[in-house]
Amino acid sequence: MNSLYVYLFVALFLFCVGLWGVLQRRSLIAMLISVELMLNAASINFLAFNRFLSPDPAIGQIVVLFIMGTAAAEAAIGLSIILALFRRYQSVEIGKAQELKG
Amino acid sequence: MPPLSEIIRPLPELIKPGWVAEAAFYFIIGVTMAGAIIAVFFRRIIYNVLGLAVCLMGVAGIFVYLSSEFLALMEILVYVGAITITIVFAVMLSDPMYREMPERSILKVGVSGLVSLILFLSLSRLITDTPWTAAAEMGGDWTLARVGKLLLTRFDLVFELISLVLIVAILGAVIIAGQGRKQRSSQ
Repeated sequence: MNSLYVYLFVALFLFCVGLWGVLQRRSLIAMLISVELMLNAASINFLAFNRFLSPDPAIGQIVVLFIMGTAAAEAAIGLSIILALFRRYQSVEIGKAQELKG
Repeated sequence: MPPLSEIIRPLPELIKPGWVAEAAFYFIIGVTMAGAIIAVFFRRIIYNVLGLAVCLMGVAGIFVYLSSEFLALMEILVYVGAITITIVFAVMLSDPMYREMPERSILKVGVSGLVSLILFLSLSRLITDTPWTAAAEMGGDWTLARVGKLLLTRFDLVFELISLVLIVAILGAVIIAGQGRKQRSSQ
């Protein structure tokens, strides 16, 4: 049950599913959800290495706390940008935001 | 350096070993993976949000098995309680859910699936081939008091920086989301 490989493979699965979602979805909110999945994969990896390999068990927990803070900031900024885009284009599809296209 | 199977590390007694703990562990992993698939694959955005919430609850369970119950609580509090609810608000305020969704192109789904499958296979090869060696001396102080003390001494600068990032993000979110409303009401 408690082996490092199980946790690493679960985190790898979450990361690859998140990458698939970022590449495949067109709705900006769905892409944000996929990015949250990838951040959680990174958190699981940090805690697994913290539990099995690291000399100090406090440092991995601190790093995961920092990841959570950054994810909260990223979600707030990203959702407000999505709402501003929706007001302008009446849609949250990324194909609509093409004003800077040369 | 000892191989992985012989490592004995002092751990807090969170979970009693036994078949119940083992079954619960695999159940949690299954819930996490199923939630991730729902969060990405379904086409209705509200199902994606619910799948994300399920997946994050599973991740919190995994954190308990990694003997960090404080981070499991924070995961539920921050992710499920704050971020998911914010995404639900964004879904309610933006796209009407009854609108017809455009057909997804098979080519795009296939190519992106292939890319992530290749990444999965290569990184899993990397995981299985690397000889993981643990640190020679491992401390056993898992208490929250130590985490708090380190946050205010050794990682003080990063802690303050995260606080600054958070307040800038909140102010920026308010400004960006509020500007469009002002323009529209002045028309």
